[in-house]
Amino acid sequence: MTDELDIKSHEPIPDPGLPEHQFRPQDIDPAQEKRTERHIAFMFVAAMVLFVGFCVAYFAIPIDAVIFKTANTVGWNAQNFTFGMTLGGGLLLIGVAIIQWAKKLMGDHEMIELRHPTGSSKDDIADVLDDINAGIDESGITRRPLILGSLLGAMAFLGLPAIVLLRDMGPLPHGHTNTVWKKGMRVVNDVSGKPMKPSDLEVGQLVNAQPAAFFETDEHGEPLIHGHDLHAAKAKAAAIVVRMRPEDITPSEGRENWGIDGILCYSKICTHVGCPISLWEQQTHHVLCPCHQSTFDLADNGKVIFGPAGRPLPQLPLGVDDEGYIIAMSDFPEIVTPSYPELARDQKKLDKKFGGSN
Amino acid sequence: MRKLSTKRRHPIAGLLVLAMGLVLTGALYSVIAPEPATAESASASEIEAGRELFLVGCASCHGINAQGIETKVEHDGKPGNYGPSLIGVGAAAVGFQMETGRMPMAKTAPQAPVKPANYSQKEIDQIAAYIASLAPGPARPSEEYLDWESVDKEGVAKGGEFFRTNCTACHNSTGQGGALPEGRYAPSLVGVEPIHIYEAMLTGPQQMPVFSEAVLTPEDKLQVIAYIKRVQEQPTHGGTGGGGYGPVVDGMFVWIIGIGGLCGFAVWIGMHGTRVKKQ
Repeated sequence: MTDELDIKSHEPIPDPGLPEHQFRPQDIDPAQEKRTERHIAFMFVAAMVLFVGFCVAYFAIPIDAVIFKTANTVGWNAQNFTFGMTLGGGLLLIGVAIIQWAKKLMGDHEMIELRHPTGSSKDDIADVLDDINAGIDESGITRRPLILGSLLGAMAFLGLPAIVLLRDMGPLPHGHTNTVWKKGMRVVNDVSGKPMKPSDLEVGQLVNAQPAAFFETDEHGEPLIHGHDLHAAKAKAAAIVVRMRPEDITPSEGRENWGIDGILCYSKICTHVGCPISLWEQQTHHVLCPCHQSTFDLADNGKVIFGPAGRPLPQLPLGVDDEGYIIAMSDFPEIVTPSYPELARDQKKLDKKFGGSN
Repeated sequence: MRKLSTKRRHPIAGLLVLAMGLVLTGALYSVIAPEPATAESASASEIEAGRELFLVGCASCHGINAQGIETKVEHDGKPGNYGPSLIGVGAAAVGFQMETGRMPMAKTAPQAPVKPANYSQKEIDQIAAYIASLAPGPARPSEEYLDWESVDKEGVAKGGEFFRTNCTACHNSTGQGGALPEGRYAPSLVGVEPIHIYEAMLTGPQQMPVFSEAVLTPEDKLQVIAYIKRVQEQPTHGGTGGGGYGPVVDGMFVWIIGIGGLCGFAVWIGMHGTRVKKQ
């Protein structure tokens, strides 16, 4: 067996040891050392000046002064720029000075730290196990199952308050299947509250619409719905009204009379996670949700044609009142909401309600 | 004269005479022909001049009577078109499309890009007069509704509400523009002329919806324009707006360039330091 290697006595590469120590200029030349010391001190002093400069700039520069303004750009805010240069510059100088100090003047010798095992010694392990066993013996937990069982029960029941608190963080969707829309309510332009006649809308039109109820006021001119109530109601009732060529629209059964000569109204709330959507392409009739790219075809009953949404956009049946303005003929027959697990059950209940009224 | 007569049978003499004749006719025509009417209402001669320009530059896609040209290739069960019908689009659509250089299109593409206008203002006005004469359509907006500097702060705030309700979905909340499916995009509104913003709302070019005068009134549109213009005047305190995306851009800048730069700086410090051989 002469071809076997004797690994112990034959290291393939000998330990090279540490390279010879190289000295810094500061170590051998006292003049250089003094000069470096002055450099570092200078940087600290410059930082002091910059910090004072910051305070001066804070009071001296008007808040809306602009610098570096050219014909094509609006320029930079002078105060912001000066704050950055003084405070940022001062902090940078302190950092650079400390690094210079450490690298050029502080102790400069190689150190070797040997590796050692990370595990505890056998004696330590035995001692700890003895302590634990003594504790178990003294508590008698193995001999008193009643105490052990009730302790575990108490810990488990501690989870109940947490569940109750988490459950109450937001309203559950049940019972919120309706919006403020109802039969006869006018469909008005958002922001201006202007009611619309079918002749006001052109092919390709998009109107971000709201129910007229949001613009009703009392005798003092104060809005009837306001504050948090307004936002909560708006988040469910917001709608988009679009007008397409009637021949482009393929209404599903029962929806033939939901539009007025190509004017259709859909919920603005995406059926995926409820983002408001109004990115409407008038030539493709697609409306796209900016959050996760769900795409709905409004010429085809709000069908999902792309993206993660699982249900078509709810559609609002439209009609015209005595004065010729566009009105809703009912609330949304489908629930306006992001999807949630019990949605199908709640929709069945809502269908029954609508089935009864029709 | 003798020299001229001896050269009269030269091979290029005929061409030279023809060229002289053409130049003379052209010069005479420019002197004799009546100037096109400059009045506000389009005169018959202006419409006729517009029709002639249309036949040369537009009819190949939009049809010789501006009725559009349908293709046989079906898209979603409907025929596509080379160019849509322009009957009823009005002068506003012509002004918007041609003054921004979108029309004539250089090539078929998902969307017509902005480029320098190919036609002079006079020619565009003539074509607009011709298209407007075909059927009633939106006219070009009057100066009264383009004077955005006259809008007060309350009006600018209202315009901002209209903008964020109707426009932000595609154009970004400060009008920086954004992407649409299949290679289309909502263009940036930075530096766009007020009249073109107005006409875009009025006519709904390409995929953009129409915002008719009856729903979004001229006063509302002026407020929207004022908001777009005023929001662009806001100083960018960091030196760049970063596309108007808000803190996302700031964060990306700090994490990638700021902290990345500091890491590189630290490595550079560690690698450098003067060493000498001891004397």
